[in-house]
Amino acid sequence: MEIALFTNLINDYTLRTVVLGSAVLGITAGALGVFALLRGQSLLGDAISHASLPGIACAFLLTSTKNPAILLCGGAIAGIIGSACILGIIRNTRIKNDAALGIILSVFFGIGLVLLTHIQKNGSSNQSILNKFLFGNASTLMHEDLILMLIVGGVVLGLLTLFWKECSLLAFDPSYLRSLGYPVVLLDALLTLLTVLSIVIGLQTVGVVLMSSLLVAPAAAARQWTKRLSHMVILAACFGACAGVTGSLISSCVTHLPTGPTIVVVVSVIVLISLVFGPRRSFA
Amino acid sequence: MNMLELEIVTIACITALACALPGVFLVLRGVSLMSDAISHAILPGIVIMFLLVQSLESPLLIFGAAFSGLLTVVCTELLINSQKLKKDAAIGLVFPLFFSVGVILISQYARNVHLDTDMVLLGELAFASLNRLHIGGVDVGSSALWLMGGILALNALCIRLFMKELQVSSFDPVFATVISVHPVAIYYLLMALTSITAVGAFDVVGAIVVVALMITPPATAYLCTNRLPTLILLSCLFGMGAAVGGYALAASADVSIAGSIASMSGLIFLTALLFAPRKGIIANYMGAKRHANALAPAILCAYLSNKPGNTGWEVDQIANQLGWSIEQINLAIHGAVALEYVVLLMGKVWLTQKGCVFARESTEKFCVFS
Repeated sequence: MEIALFTNLINDYTLRTVVLGSAVLGITAGALGVFALLRGQSLLGDAISHASLPGIACAFLLTSTKNPAILLCGGAIAGIIGSACILGIIRNTRIKNDAALGIILSVFFGIGLVLLTHIQKNGSSNQSILNKFLFGNASTLMHEDLILMLIVGGVVLGLLTLFWKECSLLAFDPSYLRSLGYPVVLLDALLTLLTVLSIVIGLQTVGVVLMSSLLVAPAAAARQWTKRLSHMVILAACFGACAGVTGSLISSCVTHLPTGPTIVVVVSVIVLISLVFGPRRSFA
Repeated sequence: MNMLELEIVTIACITALACALPGVFLVLRGVSLMSDAISHAILPGIVIMFLLVQSLESPLLIFGAAFSGLLTVVCTELLINSQKLKKDAAIGLVFPLFFSVGVILISQYARNVHLDTDMVLLGELAFASLNRLHIGGVDVGSSALWLMGGILALNALCIRLFMKELQVSSFDPVFATVISVHPVAIYYLLMALTSITAVGAFDVVGAIVVVALMITPPATAYLCTNRLPTLILLSCLFGMGAAVGGYALAASADVSIAGSIASMSGLIFLTALLFAPRKGIIANYMGAKRHANALAPAILCAYLSNKPGNTGWEVDQIANQLGWSIEQINLAIHGAVALEYVVLLMGKVWLTQKGCVFARESTEKFCVFS
């Protein structure tokens, strides 16, 4: 079985795309997730990924193309609008963080549903869009998708490396960063943008509903093993890649097994092992 | 509107009411996202019970689901108490796992039954009324109507009975412990109500729109009032508004009812966000402007009265020293002249006797330069 899988991995073009795609996704989401976790924004990813649904639907309505790059671009725009709305609500009203996230998550998803059912009713049967983006399907990943994921993932990781010092200060001590004269609001927006991008490239593989888990879980697991930010980011990226690859391989081998949930189960096992065996005994 | 439509709207309204009641306390306590977690996490409970009893009508499904929802709450609390993860991370880890297990179980063992994953996420209100309840061979209405009605009655009863406990433990948990109301017990009561409501509403509107019905109307009401009874009443009204408006939208555009209800609740929220008296964005903006207009002459007078001697000051000199723009200083001087606190003579600003008194008073009132 393992040998067959291994030779498949080298020879089978589709399988190779799937594995590479999930690996890129896991690395990007894992690395960005660390910052989300440290800044206490673990659930922002959940809201952003749900909020991207109307963007995908709008992009399809406007361009009537199935090109994933355009659909995901729509998703990213909606994700950015959603996170701006959350920030606006928290800043300008007395509504707390959690309620703002819940409102944006559910209302945007509802608007997405309205648009998707509208698309379905008006001719072209695109139930497939809905299914693809709700739970994800790694086995439908194409070569173009992989290229897209590689480019976006590369840009995200590149920017993260470039602004490493600023991002780490933002995670631990934003007031100090402000006192040094850095534009904290801009950096905050940059980090949120990177998070949105890393979520969006996962929508095809993991789906809207469960993408946030791939952001939070590797970081939470990595947090149990180390105190150093750089180690944590690398470890989270490794955990993410490992979970992505294992999950998508399992789901490709078993018929009808959706990819997103399988990856989530794998990554949860990693978290459980880390919680039990990780040397860290309390949080700071 | 025919009987079928009327029944669908009624189910939607009752669901909205049943969701708004526990939702009020979720929003007040800052645990809104537990509703998201629970509404996803009830899935494996439903599936496992279905696989055991092989029937979708069995009431055991509801117990399984509610149990699975509560289990999520317990697991999340355990993770938080282990101090290895923060609260939001713990929530974000547990419910996706539960939900994933449910989806995988459906995909592997229950593919060809009515229980499919789209249904779970999206719900279908239009079908909810097709499932009829018969008592002694007589059609007494759809079973969804009775189920949600029962859940609404349960929520209303529990909240009526434990109103005082819920109120005190939501606003002041420490005081609640002191007067031996058990905040933990009350928390789990609230979570149990949320689970049961989510199970019922899940079938009607789907796992995600449940969140819209639980969180958005109470958050909207929270923008409009400071009083708990009014808050509950307004939440119910906004929820019903979303249900009726959403159904009207869905019927006219032929789109998902659940999605329309969520969108409509968002629209109501947006309206309140902009126009709510005192706490809306527009009211806030106006308030801030009024406050600034009142404060600027006070700062000007206090500043002038703190200067030695009363020899008159150049306008741009004051602006420079206070760090104000020319528009700001002109506005402040204009306000102060109208109130006779200062006079403009020979292009200079002079503080009047009245201005001196006002400066002393407002220094105490606003604590500027004190």
